[in-house]
Amino acid sequence: MKTDRIFRAVLYAGGAFVALLVLLAFLSLCHASWLSLKKFGIKFILSREWDPVNEKFGALPFIVGTFMTSIIALIISLPFSISIALLLGVYLREGFIKKVLTYATDLLAGIPSIIYGFWGLFFLVPLVRKLEMKLGVLPYGVGILTASIVLAIMIVPYTSSIAREVISMVPGDIIEAGFSLGATTREIIFGIILPYARSGIFAGILLAFGRAFGETMAVTMVIGNSNCMPKSIFCPANTMASVIANEFTEATKDIHLSSLIYIGLWLFLFTFAINLLGNLVIKKFRVEVKNE
Amino acid sequence: MKVIKILVLAFGLAFAPVKPAGAAVTLTGAGATFPYPLYSKMFSVYHQKYGVRINYQAIGSGGGIRQLKAKTVDFGASDAYVDDEGLKKFSAPIVHIPIVAGAVVITYNLPGNPKLKFTPDVIADIFLGKITKWNDPRIKAINPDVKLPDMAIVVVHRSDGSGTTFIFSDYLSKVSEEWKEKVGRGKSLNWPVGLGAKGNPGVAGLVKQLPGAIGYVELIYALNNDMPYAMVQNKSGNFIEPSIKSVSLAADIKLPDDMRVSLTNTDAKYGYPIAGFTWILVYKDLADGGLDRGKAKELVRLLWWITHEGQKYAEPLHYAPLSPKARKKAETIIKSITYKGKQLWE
Repeated sequence: MKTDRIFRAVLYAGGAFVALLVLLAFLSLCHASWLSLKKFGIKFILSREWDPVNEKFGALPFIVGTFMTSIIALIISLPFSISIALLLGVYLREGFIKKVLTYATDLLAGIPSIIYGFWGLFFLVPLVRKLEMKLGVLPYGVGILTASIVLAIMIVPYTSSIAREVISMVPGDIIEAGFSLGATTREIIFGIILPYARSGIFAGILLAFGRAFGETMAVTMVIGNSNCMPKSIFCPANTMASVIANEFTEATKDIHLSSLIYIGLWLFLFTFAINLLGNLVIKKFRVEVKNE
Repeated sequence: MKVIKILVLAFGLAFAPVKPAGAAVTLTGAGATFPYPLYSKMFSVYHQKYGVRINYQAIGSGGGIRQLKAKTVDFGASDAYVDDEGLKKFSAPIVHIPIVAGAVVITYNLPGNPKLKFTPDVIADIFLGKITKWNDPRIKAINPDVKLPDMAIVVVHRSDGSGTTFIFSDYLSKVSEEWKEKVGRGKSLNWPVGLGAKGNPGVAGLVKQLPGAIGYVELIYALNNDMPYAMVQNKSGNFIEPSIKSVSLAADIKLPDDMRVSLTNTDAKYGYPIAGFTWILVYKDLADGGLDRGKAKELVRLLWWITHEGQKYAEPLHYAPLSPKARKKAETIIKSITYKGKQLWE
């Protein structure tokens, strides 16, 4: 009994420690960005100007850049990740090909982001430039679209592996019941599996979105790093994480450094809000399943 | 259990501090990335000769200055000098010791990569986004022998804060009123046009990839990547090819005693106009920097060596060594360094 109590105490301590860490991270971000927070307040995320020389700081272009790249990346990646999940979860329930495919997608998650960045810079950028020349826009090659494609590939394994797990957890008896009623595999997928697994799939999408939202290295290498407001998906832009990565080491003025950390604080808040919202949606989906 | 024991042993070995033979002093420094190749060469030679180990982290000039301020390193290194306002934020006076000079060159990607010449106003207007085509009459006028294509100019600049950007924008602020007002000088700028790339290699890579691109990099990167670079008209009206020699010549001016000086657009007749020193920063009284006497002595000896014998390692790595005039000033500064009020150099 005594060891049991100790074990429980250790677990509680571990949990409390993690919660404390998050709180402390938030507080230290607030503390370090105080100078900028005091000077710019909420206007910081509404202003378009980022001028370190004249000490004017506004993060709107970076926030727009972050949302644009992550949302486009999500849209590009979804068809692929859901198809892979369905293929592995429904069609190929076992066998050699399933193993190879599973390893391959999981491996995608293990590749360091700098490798994705280099691949994007040397392989994808020339391709996008060719496309841009055909379309008649300025052929930079780097920009929001390129960054989104790189991100899309990076986040495929996050959605697909979670979706695959949830799909394989759909109870076999209801699937068999479907088949016994004469449903085709496609009908089973759309009528039973997807509705049943949707909250889990959504959790996977959320995880992927979070990954894309905060990705730094690969994005910095291919996004073009321009502080202007992005006007189209071919524009060079900047994300919140890429600005911090770019300017942090050489920010000598206090207000500049503080403003970069302030971006970090907003990144923290946005990620928090997205997760909160996502959890609400997941819950809502679950309730519906129970009611059915 | 055996496996765990072996693991513990391996870990212990991996993290055990390696003690050098003899009671050697270790000096720590942090800062600029631009002189890093030179510093690592100099410091490794110095270690072999005198047994003093120097641990230098190339984390960027801004980081170097911050760490010196926090007294977590023995010396800082920077490509831009600390301005008067910045100096006030140090708890005690610091000094700047010039080490070598470097050039920022204008590189481009055009069919056939011809040698181009630029005047200051044309450079400013290209980077302001006012000249947008390679066959602009103003570029043609200074390059009458070159066939310039009807191509859009794509400006490529540094996305990370850097000493290179500081030197380049310092130059543009001196030659263009409009640049000074609209953009100004600094390590990170609010660029009116163009794409950003990280580091000298990033800019070099992007310019090489993008037909019609123009960018600025340190001379070494243009040389190592076989990229073309332009001759620039200096204050005296001469078109100057960037080289170690023309950078040294740019520094052949009247230098201030504290050596906090910019080498852009100098009066030197044959000097290349976009150049700058890189400095090592230390506290004037090393006791203020939290050093003990032994370390302080070694640091001063190191600084003397770098500005004298160490200079011979500069040219092979494409840095311009100190001119006799600049070295004289550096000597005076090193001699002025004290420990608890007492001069250290003997």
